[in-house]
Amino acid sequence: MTAERHGRAVAAGLVGLAAVAALLEFVIRAGLVSPLIVAPPSSLPQAFALLAREGYLVAPFLITMAQAFAATALAAAVGVPLGFILWRRPLLGRAYEPWLGAAFAAPLILLYPLFLVIFGRGYATTVVVGALAAFIPIVLQTRAGLLGVPPVLINVGRSFHLSEPRLLWKIIFPAAAPAIFTGLRLALIYALVNIIGIEFLIDFGGLGRVVSQMYFQYQIPAMYAAIVLIVIVSLVFLSLLQRLETWWRPR
Amino acid sequence: MPGALVVENISKRFATSAGALAALEGVSLAVPQGRFVSIIGPSGCGKSTLFGVVGGLVPDYEGRVLIDGAPVHGTHDDIGMVFQEESTFPWLTVLENIMFPLDARGMARNECRERAERLVHLVGLDGFGNSYPAELSGGMRQRTAIARTLAAEPKILLMDEPFAALDEQTRLLLGDKLLQIWRELAQTTLLITHSITEAVQLSDEVVVMTYRPGRIKRVIPIDLPRPRSSEIVESAAFGRLVGTIWHDLREEALRGLAQTEPQGVSH
Repeated sequence: MTAERHGRAVAAGLVGLAAVAALLEFVIRAGLVSPLIVAPPSSLPQAFALLAREGYLVAPFLITMAQAFAATALAAAVGVPLGFILWRRPLLGRAYEPWLGAAFAAPLILLYPLFLVIFGRGYATTVVVGALAAFIPIVLQTRAGLLGVPPVLINVGRSFHLSEPRLLWKIIFPAAAPAIFTGLRLALIYALVNIIGIEFLIDFGGLGRVVSQMYFQYQIPAMYAAIVLIVIVSLVFLSLLQRLETWWRPR
Repeated sequence: MPGALVVENISKRFATSAGALAALEGVSLAVPQGRFVSIIGPSGCGKSTLFGVVGGLVPDYEGRVLIDGAPVHGTHDDIGMVFQEESTFPWLTVLENIMFPLDARGMARNECRERAERLVHLVGLDGFGNSYPAELSGGMRQRTAIARTLAAEPKILLMDEPFAALDEQTRLLLGDKLLQIWRELAQTTLLITHSITEAVQLSDEVVVMTYRPGRIKRVIPIDLPRPRSSEIVESAAFGRLVGTIWHDLREEALRGLAQTEPQGVSH
């Protein structure tokens, strides 16, 4: 993709975003929706200023980001090897894939009292909940990616006399990389959603806690501002992941 | 560079749900050093199995594969394989693809690159060294795969329908390219194909195989003058050879059709 095309896509995205914001502003000003329920976009700059004054801007942003990163990294450290095992041992793969797929739907976050008891009200709880939510898509996507490697590519490696580890590292994993990265992207989003949720519920940590506090203080614009920050966290991460992928596997 | 290939009495059976299936039965052939031999046969004659056996990718067969008189087992540095399917690595550039086997051997980066650049030129991909396979046509990708195999400097080049996915015109022109490379490297070559024109255009000898189980039906010497180009397809001698081969092949293809069509099933 050329830089110019990328730039145009970003510009088109921003135009759409501005249009939605304008529509929202109109709907609220026209009195169709109460500003007490949805903050008008025009109130966001002030809301951000409020967050900044109270020290709720930079620190919670970094805290949430660090937790989401730690949770995804932990999930990848467990999930990629697990997906690899489920691929290497087809019986295990067929046995556990349906269970993992089903467990994916479990509302993990509702078990938060359990995690509070085990890990206490701290970062251990938020990161573990995030990682647990994140590791399943990584396992499933890693297995699917490895299963999808064209046999001919493996035969090319064998015809060149590659050792088993080199075959894995030089051919099989790069060939499976797009699927694995899809798993990582999903994982990051699941980790982030669950971390925000748990922060909100236990009133601890980063942006989820800010959302909770602004909500209880009835600072509606500031609450929306915090939600915008959460979206920015995921944007930052997804673009970092994109960079990592193109660096490791250009096409 | 020696590189005589002998295939001695190869048989291969596969276990299927309907019992043992004899894919190859007593196949013997010899490709003298520097010669170009094609194997042609109907679908289901086991020619791709033979490719796998000679290349060392298919285990558990009877018979022997010999290179310069010595029996070999499994994949072998002296044999370079070109596959029918799309086989370039999409995450590597053309140049990196070609450098792959050299890199794997631990050759110094500079030397790798130099040799790969020569091969890019040899297969006529000058200017595309830094392109990714997705940016190339099917024919260019297959040329990249051929260059990658040649980079390892195998004594024997083994190809399984390398142009099967391409249209007839591209196929004829790539045949010319292949002949030019073959003249330059004087490599012992065994080509598996289902195209009669391709077999006659390129080979010193065409081996016709029977439908299941795959046996050798006939070996037809191609005494057309060298160097050849795709223009040879216009000559009367070419037409006669194609006719002779088709006469043999037709019987086998019909037998294959009769066995697969009525039941409406095939393996």
